[in-house]
Amino acid sequence: MSRLYEKTEVALAEFPNPAALIKAAEELRDAGYKNFDCHSPFPIHGMDEAMGLKRSPIGWIAGLLAILGCSGALLLQWWTMAVDYPLIIAGKPYFAFQAYVPVTFALGVISAALASLFGMMILNRLPRYHHPLFHSDNFAKFSNDGFFISVESSDSKYERSKTKSFLQTLGGNNLEVLTDDGKKE
Amino acid sequence: MSIAPEKTENPFAEPPLILDNPKFGEITEKIVSIVERKTPRVWVLALLLAMSLAAILLGSIGYLVWEGIGVWGLNNPVGWGYAIVNFVFWVGIGHAGTLISAILYLLRQHWRTSINRFAEAMTLFAVICALIFPGIHVGRIWLAYFMFPLPNQMAMWPNFRSPLLWDVFAVSTYFAASLMFWYTGLIPDLASMRDRAKTKIRKIVLGILSVGWRGGNRQWKHYELAYLILAGVSTPLVLSVHSVVSTAFAISIVPGWHTTIFPPYFVAGAIFSGFAMVMTLSIIARKIFGLENYITVNHLEKMNKIMLLTGMMVGYAYSIEFFVAWYSGNIYEIFTFINRATGPYAWAYWTMVSCNVIVPQLFWVKKLRRSVPVMFAASILINVGMWFERFVIVVTSLSRDFLPAAWDYYTPTIWDILTFVGSFGLFFTLFLLFVRFVPIIAIAEVKGVMPQADPHYYKHDSKSPDGGEQ
Repeated sequence: MSRLYEKTEVALAEFPNPAALIKAAEELRDAGYKNFDCHSPFPIHGMDEAMGLKRSPIGWIAGLLAILGCSGALLLQWWTMAVDYPLIIAGKPYFAFQAYVPVTFALGVISAALASLFGMMILNRLPRYHHPLFHSDNFAKFSNDGFFISVESSDSKYERSKTKSFLQTLGGNNLEVLTDDGKKE
Repeated sequence: MSIAPEKTENPFAEPPLILDNPKFGEITEKIVSIVERKTPRVWVLALLLAMSLAAILLGSIGYLVWEGIGVWGLNNPVGWGYAIVNFVFWVGIGHAGTLISAILYLLRQHWRTSINRFAEAMTLFAVICALIFPGIHVGRIWLAYFMFPLPNQMAMWPNFRSPLLWDVFAVSTYFAASLMFWYTGLIPDLASMRDRAKTKIRKIVLGILSVGWRGGNRQWKHYELAYLILAGVSTPLVLSVHSVVSTAFAISIVPGWHTTIFPPYFVAGAIFSGFAMVMTLSIIARKIFGLENYITVNHLEKMNKIMLLTGMMVGYAYSIEFFVAWYSGNIYEIFTFINRATGPYAWAYWTMVSCNVIVPQLFWVKKLRRSVPVMFAASILINVGMWFERFVIVVTSLSRDFLPAAWDYYTPTIWDILTFVGSFGLFFTLFLLFVRFVPIIAIAEVKGVMPQADPHYYKHDSKSPDGGEQ
């Protein structure tokens, strides 16, 4: 079967609690691993530093979209009220910005909200309904009370047996290797 | 906030947010089992009742569209009757949900995690109910699209200088932003449900809705910031939406409406009424679903304190309105307020004052503030009082404005009343569907505020699943 994308392989290990997970993440980071992820039922404080991740750029995306939304709203109101169909209402100037603040604000807010939700989806590559991890029955615990680390084969340091035994020395249990097609070992 | 065992000796330590200290798995089990269990018969009965009321709403709207606005009790001075009263009432209720989900999130009030999910759901459903009323009030509802700036064959645009158009934008933005905020919060919990699903249909539906969430920290990183920004942009909405609603009154010249106190006064009232509705719903929900350990009396007491505060703000606004009317020396303004308290609508005015100003004073007493029956009764009275507040504002001002020759008394018709009662049917239908199909408490967020979610909780033996207690 030909593929449009490279086949991924993932090594998965389970850890007992958030503290063990954060410790293992630090060790992986120090060992030079880049493409690994820590799965938990809730976000764990201090995990970004433990994994060596940078801050999410969503703030910039939402800020930019908010500015665009406000400018677009102001432009729309100026053009409709003062250029395309100017009407004298209560003897006020065609374009007195005070009257246009509420709509400008509303459209700025909605743009920032859309940018946050869809920016989050795009940066997280979601929706994604097919992933090697979903072939593991044990992994379903991540959304309940399980703490997992997965290392992807795209990492330059990834070597199946070496990575597996490294995860084991870090205290990982229930080791598994998963691919797009199913469970491997 | 840390509530590790050693710190409970601290006299300033707060009581634990969640009682009995459940394990992570127990939290999922408790909350998800509510939607997984067999459909309870009581729920079916309640849904049928709510749907019959909602059918009354649909029927009354149908009759209104067929016959025209004349079926309502509107008359010449009183052009805004029940429809606008109900609109302001429902929008106001929504505000508490946003305050809980957004402002309390930014203020790091961790107790919000137990109540934010259904408070936000309440916001959405209340805003849906609210949007119906101005929509049908336009009369020819097939022309409702005139409210939006759509290019049309007349080459005309809506008037962006009108507060009524600001309302269109403010309320629809409010609904859309609340929906996105709510859905973002739901994604990890839908994944929890997906991973427990037994039947094929549940697996597919929940699989699609949870967008393939894998709970990786690379996902949480973007997720948490997106959630924070959604909270950040929803925070001004708590203040702006009802301020804009109030400008629809304040920018007119009608005595009793033309005041600068309206925006803060409306916002305080909105939060006050919304908390009363959250209280009513959460007392019922915690009782029916046995969630007393999750929505504790401490949570309810905190909400009562907010109601006491906002109730006092509303009471202050009532009195300052009288003062300013007298101080302004404007005879129309002075007459309007004397007329409110002593005129033909005095019964509505004093209902409002007793429910909104006197009832919350009970909450000065700690014992009453922590008594579930007392707060349940108080929350319902406050809801009634806040509906009457809007009635007093809308109707008394219009019915007797400048010229006595133009005065008239407003009486609602049966269709006004049925439409209002029916809107509760729609609200409860949506709410019942929500409690049946969606986790009513934010599971991932509750887990995140448990003491064992903090990596520092595990000191000695990080290998044991329960962690060594310190």
